[in-house]
Amino acid sequence: MNKQVASFRRSFQPWDDIDATPFIEFRNVTKRYGAVTAVNDLSLKIFEREFFALLGPSGCGKTTLMRMLAGFEEVSAGSVLLAGNDLVGVPPYRRPVNMMFQSYALFPHMSVEKNIAFGLKQEGMAKADIAARVSKMLELVKMEAFAKRKPDQLSGGQRQRVALARSLAKQPKVLLLDEPLGALDRKLREETQFELVDLQENLGITFMIVTHDQQEAMTVADRIAVMDHGRIVQTAPPTEIYERPQSRYVADFLGDINLVEATFAGTTKGTVSLETSQGGTLKTVGDVSATKGDVVWFAVRPEKLEISRTKPASGDNLFFGEVWDIAYLGDQTAYRVKLDNGIFVKASVLNTRVDVDNPITWEDRVWLSCAPDAAMVLSA
Amino acid sequence: MKAVWNGVVSRSVIWLPYLWLLIFFLAPFVMVAKLSLSEPAISIPPYNPVLTLAEGPAGWWADIKRFSLENYVFITQDSLYWRSYLSSVWIAFVSTFLALLIGYPLAYGMARAPRTLRPLLLMLVILPFWTSFLIRVYAWIGILKKEGLLNQFLLWAHVITEPLTILNTTTAVYVGIVYSYLPFMVLPLYANLERQDLTLLEAASDLGCTRTQAFWKITWPLSLPGVLAGCFLVFIPVVGEFVIPSLLGGADTLMIGRTLFDEFFLNRDWPVSSAVAVILLLILVVPIMLFQRSEARSREAAS
Ligand SMILES: Nc1ncnc2c1ncn2[C@@H]1O[C@H](COP(=O)(O)OP(=O)(O)OP(=O)(O)O)[C@@H](O)[C@H]1O
Ligand SMILES: [Mg+2]
Repeated sequence: MNKQVASFRRSFQPWDDIDATPFIEFRNVTKRYGAVTAVNDLSLKIFEREFFALLGPSGCGKTTLMRMLAGFEEVSAGSVLLAGNDLVGVPPYRRPVNMMFQSYALFPHMSVEKNIAFGLKQEGMAKADIAARVSKMLELVKMEAFAKRKPDQLSGGQRQRVALARSLAKQPKVLLLDEPLGALDRKLREETQFELVDLQENLGITFMIVTHDQQEAMTVADRIAVMDHGRIVQTAPPTEIYERPQSRYVADFLGDINLVEATFAGTTKGTVSLETSQGGTLKTVGDVSATKGDVVWFAVRPEKLEISRTKPASGDNLFFGEVWDIAYLGDQTAYRVKLDNGIFVKASVLNTRVDVDNPITWEDRVWLSCAPDAAMVLSA
Repeated sequence: MKAVWNGVVSRSVIWLPYLWLLIFFLAPFVMVAKLSLSEPAISIPPYNPVLTLAEGPAGWWADIKRFSLENYVFITQDSLYWRSYLSSVWIAFVSTFLALLIGYPLAYGMARAPRTLRPLLLMLVILPFWTSFLIRVYAWIGILKKEGLLNQFLLWAHVITEPLTILNTTTAVYVGIVYSYLPFMVLPLYANLERQDLTLLEAASDLGCTRTQAFWKITWPLSLPGVLAGCFLVFIPVVGEFVIPSLLGGADTLMIGRTLFDEFFLNRDWPVSSAVAVILLLILVVPIMLFQRSEARSREAAS
């Protein structure tokens, strides 16, 4: 899950620095379309050279947010700032921001080459430089062989690569990528992800990327923001947002999670005790602002649950049930276990060996368990 | 059995348009072409020879041997005809250009109007078709004549002191043609402009284009198929236009349609007027074929 390309940049954490000035700032931005509120009182700071990913369900306002930064939509309230300057009234062609459109928006009457060169020509770049830059971009997206084709002679994935190349060509200060890699096959997508990170390292571009692929977000981004109904629910680096989500919504949106409703019993020496409705006790760690008797959720990711046919020695967080479903995914196997109280719990195990003697199979009675620090407690 | 029947049906669907063309285009054309090879006569009908069914094949052969190209020779000798052709093509060319100049902004405005308003605007463009073309041209007489509405208005506004002579000049013909054929320019342009993807303009603007630059680099080149269609739809019928020059034009407004009309109804020289018509058709074949080619190409691009 965590490929963490960006991990060697661990020292890059301007968002923790109170004195750091943000490069892009959304200040209480609201965008309404008639009765629809696409973005709702949203504030966000993005720092120079940051790779920022926006995640959220369809229609939550990701594209709208980008369009306001690129200058295609005016804010209904609040302000958008770039390098400290309010962008209100600045037309798109004067903003040092380039956008890759979700619909690609390639010019149908121009060849791939001309599409990529368009922004450079507009800038007044010398002919030789344009040619050099265009061929570099074509190489980057592996489209050299298609330079002379028109967009309607390309496949969906090829078009997407041209759109990406066109937005990258001008090497702007800020690059907005609206689902840039969605139409690419997995291999090409992964390669391009690495290329993007490289580009950002070398050119110092600030990236804002929208993606529906959380793995992609985790691979490329320094920070991820999860959106819901025009608001940002949580902004954090990939590890934190995955391991320490602040709400069930975020926990559920990024990866799989098992949630068990419980009541808060108390905290002793950093260990949080929860009581289930069946009278069992669950233990976990973490901060939670709750008082005794409050409803909270015990949350644990499938890969952090251990599964076995024998009862584990440690007595914490034990569940017992029957294997209902098995999905073999190659690198791992996912089990869906029906607990005796009717709840389904997911557990996954890495397939570290080729052959396993007597593997767990359908209708086996199994124990699931996890250490207190492998689970978390969510109050929202 | 059923398969055979289906085959016949599906084939007839293909042949039906050709049948239509055969009956309503090719047959009349052959008749006109035949007429153009005959000679005028004071009789009913006013030409010779008249091929009739009663004559039988031997009679037809005798008639066919009497055909001659004399009418065509006559047309090349009298400068009236080729001056009419030239003048018609020129008037059609200028009118097409004027219609484009007025029609493009009109279509552009319509295509960019709020979506809810567009059907109404489209309706307004089509509305004139609901009254007779002839009546609309007559209305222009009322507007353009010496004591007409236009002169009255200009006199009232003190723009002029003497009424202008507009009616029965070539200017009036231009006014009438551009007015009458404007919808044929606007409709294909509107269809094209309305279909255009506006995010392309956003992309252009994102890549550094002002609105004007984006228009010339994106909107205009993408609208060329519409421009071409509109221009042909105006140019082709205007070359043969006859009502407008005869109602609004002066004695010096030469147009081939009018010459043809005079030849046919005043001189009652059916063979010569048929020859004029055949040559007109030959002149128009070139732009018609160009039009067909461009249409086919844009249809290909769309699919
Ligand atoms: N021009 C518009 N007019 C009216 N409503 C709009 C307009 N553009 C967007 N919306 C609405 O605003 C909301 C947010 O749209 P937006 O395109 O930002 O979503 P998104 O997060 O990008 O979704 P997706 O992941 O599907 O691309 C949606 O409910 C959408 O219907
Ligand atoms: Mg979107």
